[in-house]
Amino acid sequence: MKDDRSIVDIDANNGTGVGTASADPHDFSPLKLENAAYEREKNESPSLNFMQDSWRRIRKNRSALISMVVLVLLIGVAFTSIWLFPHDPNRQNLAHSNLPPKIPGVTVRGFDGTAADNSGGGAFIDKYAAEGVPEGVYYYLGTDNLGRDLLARLLGGMRVSLLIAFVAAFLDLTIGVTYGLVSGLFGERVDSVMQRILEVLAGIPNLVVLILMLTIFKPGIFTIILAMIVTGWISMARIVRAQTMKLKNQEYVLAAVTLGQSKAVIAAKHILPNISGVVIVQMMFSIPQAIFFEAFLSFIGLGLRPPEASLGTLLNEGYKAFRVLPYQMWVPTVTLSVLMISFNLLADGLRDAFDPKMKE
Amino acid sequence: MLNTNRKKLLEVDGLKQYFNKGQKTEVRAVDDISFYIEEGETFGLVGESGCGKSTTGRSIIRLYTPTAGRILFDGEDIARIRSRAEILRFRRDAQMIFQDPYASLNPRMKVKDIVAEGIDLHDPAKNARERDERVYRMLELVGLDESHADRYPHEFSGGQRQRIGIARALALKPRFIVCDEPISALDVSIQAQVVNLLQDLQKSQNLTYLFIAHDLSMVKFISDRIGVMYYGKLVEVGPSEEIYNYGVHPYTESLLSAIPLPDPEYERSRKRIAYIPQPPGADAKLRAVAPGHFVYCTEAEATAYQEKRNKRVCS
Repeated sequence: MKDDRSIVDIDANNGTGVGTASADPHDFSPLKLENAAYEREKNESPSLNFMQDSWRRIRKNRSALISMVVLVLLIGVAFTSIWLFPHDPNRQNLAHSNLPPKIPGVTVRGFDGTAADNSGGGAFIDKYAAEGVPEGVYYYLGTDNLGRDLLARLLGGMRVSLLIAFVAAFLDLTIGVTYGLVSGLFGERVDSVMQRILEVLAGIPNLVVLILMLTIFKPGIFTIILAMIVTGWISMARIVRAQTMKLKNQEYVLAAVTLGQSKAVIAAKHILPNISGVVIVQMMFSIPQAIFFEAFLSFIGLGLRPPEASLGTLLNEGYKAFRVLPYQMWVPTVTLSVLMISFNLLADGLRDAFDPKMKE
Repeated sequence: MLNTNRKKLLEVDGLKQYFNKGQKTEVRAVDDISFYIEEGETFGLVGESGCGKSTTGRSIIRLYTPTAGRILFDGEDIARIRSRAEILRFRRDAQMIFQDPYASLNPRMKVKDIVAEGIDLHDPAKNARERDERVYRMLELVGLDESHADRYPHEFSGGQRQRIGIARALALKPRFIVCDEPISALDVSIQAQVVNLLQDLQKSQNLTYLFIAHDLSMVKFISDRIGVMYYGKLVEVGPSEEIYNYGVHPYTESLLSAIPLPDPEYERSRKRIAYIPQPPGADAKLRAVAPGHFVYCTEAEATAYQEKRNKRVCS
């Protein structure tokens, strides 16, 4: 009760002393302390879990948010187009070869079906009319030298890239995380042996691995995936191992040991949730790497082979005609760049969101 | 205070804990120490940082596998047990409270699941409702309530977290608890709160404590008997009053001289005694200088210590 009175007194003094004449002691009521022990232990703030907290932070990161939207759109378009835009990317129509992009209602040069006339003076002519393409036929991104629809090929190529991205993420999460957890948690001799195996694998350049694969298998997406199974998960395994070693001497892990928890449960319940941020970030960084790996292989002819569409094969076909038909290279280049930048920016944003202390 | 009729719950005999054994980097963290703890008693272990007191606690709780020696818990040598069933049985009886309340709770688990971890493992509840009930009872035991159960550890203060850690250890209804510096990471007002809680729990749950700390005055307050460790060895053991008032080993004297008192008169005249380590004699071991009071020394030193102690008692 003594406390209550003193609060009122202080307020009354302020009312006269400082000159805020409007403050009347009767406006204030004594602070109610019903249950001191309960009040002391009370926790008023809302309870946020890890994901809610991270989401709150990533929402403020504009580049990460835009990347996320772009990726969702790209992935959505690439896969829904299987049903909504059912054009065979490999169907040839030699009569319609090398047509520039033409989008209905668009009059911007480059997207209106006109192109510089090669034969005379650089004047722009309507290619669609020149080739005798019937009215009402549009190729939104043009066609290539065999008359294949570039938009259909681009969507096909994106599906390949995203499939590779998915495989990379899957391998990271399965082989990489498991290998790292086992190696880090068991430590000592098990760790030594597992790390030596890893060093041998990491010592072989993945291009060499792929070329060795090509002596047995045909070039294609299957061979690229096989090569990724051999080496694609190594950096994830190393990061998970290092993080596991850091965490396994934390007191909450020791407490779990003291309670009698088995190693498998400790890994799943105590270590994995606490390194999930690092794991997700590493996965997001390895995805663009894998996409680029596939595009590169397809470009130099070790990956997908024409006529299969992939961003790499599209680039390969496009760069040959770049000086006369630049859109054939622009289209896959921009798509590949947007994919990779989006994945990288999103990974950056996720890293900051999961571990705000790491930012500086 | 000293009751010889009580059962010895824990007996440590020649415990050695070496790391990197046989290599250049070998560390003898705990080097041949022996002591016992009676049922219902608090045994305080003090010493400077890195002297091996935490390692001793962790070896006893089997976080490490001891290099040599016996650890008899209730008559069973737990340094030798290997099978998971035996280890689990021991885990039920012996639990640990950790030093850093900010590191000892998994930040991704709700308080409810942290406290229930031992329950799920050893004595699973029949349904979610019963599990919650048991968690709430544990939280109430340490002065928290059910509104805290659905929150995450980062929402609590250091003292509250430490009490959650205590609730987790108590959920298994253990008989023996190793308290590894449970108060040194807390500020002083909260230290008293936690120590009082530990003492209340000891009475109500009939617990036996191994209390590890580096603060002699706090250890004297909570312990029945004290062991002083230095460099992996136990240099002096005895009832806490005896050690506090008549500690004779030079290292104990140095520790005692370092205790600050909230008395300016005393503080002005307080002299720190520096401890100059002496190589121990060949036949050094724990020898009695008074009933229940042992000092690590040689035969010849023992008589000198005995005289020193007796002189202090008389003066």
